[in-house]
Amino acid sequence: MHESVADIAQIISGATGYVYPNEYLLQWGLLIVMYPFLTGLVAGAFILASLERVLGIKELFPVYRLSLLAALAFLLAAPLPLLAHLGHPERSLEMFLTPNLNSAMAMFGFVYAWYLLVVLLLEIWFDYRKQIVIWSREKTGAMKFLYKILSLGIDDISPEALRFDDKIGKFITIVGVPSAFLLHGYVGFIFGSVKANPWWSSVLMPVVFLFSAIVSGMAVVLLIYMVTAWFRWKKPGMACLHKMGELLLYAMLVDLALEMLDFIHRLYESEESIHILRDLVAKRLFISLIISQVVLGSLCPLVGIVFARFGKLPDEVRRMLYFLSAMLVLIGIYSVRWNVVIGGQLFSKSLRGLTVYKTSLLGMEGLFMSLGLFILPFVILYVLVKIFPPWTGNEESAGETAAPS
Amino acid sequence: MIFTKLNAKGKWLLNRFNIPRQTIALGLLFGILVVVFLAGRALFVPRSFGLYGHYRGDAIKDNESLAIQFAGSTACADCHADIFDLKAGSFHANVACEVCHGAAADHIADPGKMKQSAPRERGLCPLCHNYNPARPTGFPQIITDRHNPGKPCMKCHNPHDPKPPSVPAGCNECHRAIANQLAVSPHAALDCTICHDVPETHKISPRQNRPGKPNNNNFCGRCHAKPADTSTNAPPAAELIPTHRVEIKTHAGRYLCWECHYPHHPEAGP
Amino acid sequence: MKNKISSKNLLSRRQFLDFCRKAVPTGLLLVTAGAGRAGGPGHSVADPASAGGEGQGTLRPFGMAIDIRKCIGCGRCVNACKIENNVPREPLYFRTWVERYILPAEGEPKVDSPNGGLDGFPEIAESNSVLKSFFVPKLCNHCANPPCVQVCPVGATFQSPDGVVLVDQKYCVGCRYCIQACPYGARYLHPEKLTADKCTFCYHRIKKDLLPACVEVCPTQARVFGEIGSHSSPLWRFIRANATTILKAELNTRPNVFYAGASSEVR
Repeated sequence: MHESVADIAQIISGATGYVYPNEYLLQWGLLIVMYPFLTGLVAGAFILASLERVLGIKELFPVYRLSLLAALAFLLAAPLPLLAHLGHPERSLEMFLTPNLNSAMAMFGFVYAWYLLVVLLLEIWFDYRKQIVIWSREKTGAMKFLYKILSLGIDDISPEALRFDDKIGKFITIVGVPSAFLLHGYVGFIFGSVKANPWWSSVLMPVVFLFSAIVSGMAVVLLIYMVTAWFRWKKPGMACLHKMGELLLYAMLVDLALEMLDFIHRLYESEESIHILRDLVAKRLFISLIISQVVLGSLCPLVGIVFARFGKLPDEVRRMLYFLSAMLVLIGIYSVRWNVVIGGQLFSKSLRGLTVYKTSLLGMEGLFMSLGLFILPFVILYVLVKIFPPWTGNEESAGETAAPS
Repeated sequence: MIFTKLNAKGKWLLNRFNIPRQTIALGLLFGILVVVFLAGRALFVPRSFGLYGHYRGDAIKDNESLAIQFAGSTACADCHADIFDLKAGSFHANVACEVCHGAAADHIADPGKMKQSAPRERGLCPLCHNYNPARPTGFPQIITDRHNPGKPCMKCHNPHDPKPPSVPAGCNECHRAIANQLAVSPHAALDCTICHDVPETHKISPRQNRPGKPNNNNFCGRCHAKPADTSTNAPPAAELIPTHRVEIKTHAGRYLCWECHYPHHPEAGP
Repeated sequence: MKNKISSKNLLSRRQFLDFCRKAVPTGLLLVTAGAGRAGGPGHSVADPASAGGEGQGTLRPFGMAIDIRKCIGCGRCVNACKIENNVPREPLYFRTWVERYILPAEGEPKVDSPNGGLDGFPEIAESNSVLKSFFVPKLCNHCANPPCVQVCPVGATFQSPDGVVLVDQKYCVGCRYCIQACPYGARYLHPEKLTADKCTFCYHRIKKDLLPACVEVCPTQARVFGEIGSHSSPLWRFIRANATTILKAELNTRPNVFYAGASSEVR
C-alpha cells in the first residue's frame, strides 16, 4: 500500500494550490463510484416494477418480473465494491454487531438487509410461489430439489392461498416503494450529511440521488428488456417501450430540475467554498460533468427520447433511439456518481487546492475491477432468469393491447 | 422430514387462526435469522465494548500502552547534569535535549547500547536559524549561505550556551532583517543610534537591556516638521530631506507617526 | 437587592430548568433509542461541568494551544511526531504538519507545506508585494463535537473520557468515512495497518505525565499543552492571557486546539 517515490512525486506535482498533506491521496476510488451506481439501479428498477403493481400501469407488465429480478441481481452485487474497498473486510460484520446509531454509514447493513430480505426476496417469492410449486412438481433432478427448497416446503396453491399471495405481494410493493426511496435516499445522505465537504453537504443530495437512481434504473431495465427480447428472437413491444420512455423522460426532467436547483442555489449563495468549487468544475470535472453528465448523459438522451416517443418515425428507428438514449443515460448517471464521489475528494478542505486522481487498470481500485463488478450483476441476472423465467408467454400480447399509443 | 413436521404444525395453525401456511414458513425462517443474528451479537461483540461509550473500552488501554520514544525534557539531567545546568541558563534553556540529539527513550533504558546522535555539521542549526521572513521578528536568524560559509556552527557557538563568539560590532549582525530593509529605504543614510539610544549592555544580554525608542511625534518632526526646526539639535541629514514635510501637530491627528509609517522602510507616496 | 426582587422569578426559572433537565434526556432517549451506551458524540467534554458528571468521574479534557507568533517553522514537531508514533515517512501521511502562509499585498494568500514542513521551507523572494508571512502548525483538533466519531459506523473511533479522540486500531474496518468527515484533514489511512490513523495527543505519553512529543521538542514553546478548565494548567493560563480562536468554528465541531495570533486567512 505504500506509494512509490515516483507516484508520490507525480501526485504532489499534479496538485495545484494548497492541499492538506493528508488529502493528496483519494480515500474513495472507483469502487465507491460503483456502489451508489449499483444501488441506484436497484432502487430504480424496483420503482419501475412497483409502478406496474401499485399504480396499475399495465403497459409495464412485460418488464415487471424482469425488473424485480434485475433489482435483485444488482442488489446482490451492490455490497461487493463496499466490501472490497475496506481496509479490513474481515471486520465488516462489526457493522451488524456494534452499529454506531449516530453514523449514517452504520445503517447500511440494516437498510440493505431490510430491502433484500423483507422487500425484494419476499416480493419475488410471493410472486413466483405458484410457479415454484408447479416447477417443483414438474422438473427433475437438481432443479426439482432447488425448487423444493425454494418453496420452503409449502405446496399450497389453492385459489385462496394464491389470492393471499397476490394481496401480500401488493402490500410488500407498497412498503417497498418507500423502502426503495430509503435505500437510495440513504446512500445520498451518506454523502449529503458530510458537513466538512461543501461539494457533498447539501440537503438536496438524497433527493438528487433518488431521482438519478430512478432514471438509471429505468434506463437499465429498458436496455435489459430490449436485449432479452432480441435474444429470444422477439421484438420488444412498442407500447411497453413507449411507456418506459415516457416515464424515463419525466424522471429525467425532475432529476435535471433538481440538479439545476442545487447548482443555482450554490452559485447564488456564493459561500466561502464557491471559488474552489468553480475551479473544481472548470479544471477537474469539465469532461465528466459538463460533457459526460450534462450534454451526453442528459440533454442528448432527452432529445432522443422525445423523438423516439413523439416523433413520426418507423418503429425500428424508435427502438434504436431508445436503446442509444438509455445507454447514454447510464453513462450520464455513472458520471453523476463519479462527479459526486471523486469530485468531492479532488479539492482540499483547505478550500485552496486541487489534487489529482489517476485510475489504474489493475488492482482493487482498477478499471477492470469496476468493469467486473458492473458485469457481475448481469451474470447473476442470467442465472436468476434461468431459475425464475420471467416470461409467462402472454406479456407481449398484454403489453401490445393495453395501450393504444 | 422437517418440512412435513412444519406442515403439520402449519395446518394446525392454519385451522386455528386462519393464517396462510406460507407465512408460517416465512415466519420460521425469519425467526431463525433473527436468532442467528442475536446469537452472533452475543458471541462476537468484544467484552469491553460499551464500558465507557460506544467503543471497545480496552482500546483506551491499547492506546495508553504504546511505547515511548522521546524520554522528556528532564530525563537527561540525572547523568548529564553539567550540560543540563549550562543549557538551563542559556538562550537554549527552552530547547529540549531531544530536539537536537533525537529521541532518547532507548538510550535511557540502556545507555551503553544506544548512543544519541550529536550533530556537529552545519545542517541542523539552520532548521531554526536560517533567515525566513515567515519567522517572527526578533528570532535570531542568519543567512546561512553568507554566514561563514562551510564552517561548522560549533566552531564559534556552543549549542548548550549559544551566543555570538564576540560582542557584535554593529546592529546589523543581529537585526539583519531590519538592516536589509533599511538599506533600500529612504532612511538608508540614518544611523540606528539617531533614533535608538542603545545601552552598551544590550549587546551582551539583549533582552534584559532593551534599546530606547522615540516616544513622540516631535521626534520625527525634527526632520519632517513644516517648517523644519534646523536651529536646535537637527541631525546632519536634515538638509537631505527637502520633501515629506508635514504639519506635525495636525497631520497625524491622534496617531503616532510609526502607527502608519514604518520608520525602517518609510512608505513612499501619501 | 436585585436577588430579592426577582426571587420569585428565579424560583420559577429554576423549576423550569429542572424540568428541562429531566425532559431533554428523556426525549433524547426516546429519539435515539439507546444510541450510545454512554453519551453520544453530541455530549460536551469541553465543558468541564458536564465532563465531571459522566463516566469516568472528574477527568478534565486535554487541549492544546498554538501560538502562531512563536512558531519558527522548524518542523521539529512534525519529525518528532513521526518518530514517536511510527507515522509513515512518506509526505502523504501526517498526524501533525506545519503550514506556511504568505499573504501578498494583493490577491489570495499562498499556503504551502512541503513534506509537512518536516525539512523546513524553501526560500521565498521577499519583496514589497508580501504583506506578511507566518507559520501555522496543524493537528487533530480533538473536537468536543467530533464529526469523525459521529460517522464511524462501528465505534472504532471515539472520544476518551478525557476528551481525546482516539482510534481503535484493532476494531477499525478501514472504511475511511471518518477521513471524509474530518474538516481539518487530520486523518489518513495508515498504509500498513490499513486503519484510520490520527493524532492522539500522544495518549501513551500524556497518561504517564509526559508532554506530547510535538510539545516536548518545540524549541520556542509555540505549543502549549494541558487540561482545559484546570487553573494550574499552562494551557488554561495561556487561554486566559491570550485571545484565541478555533479553526472552522462555523462547523460547530468545537475544537480543543486553540490558536493565538491566527489571521482570518487561516483555515
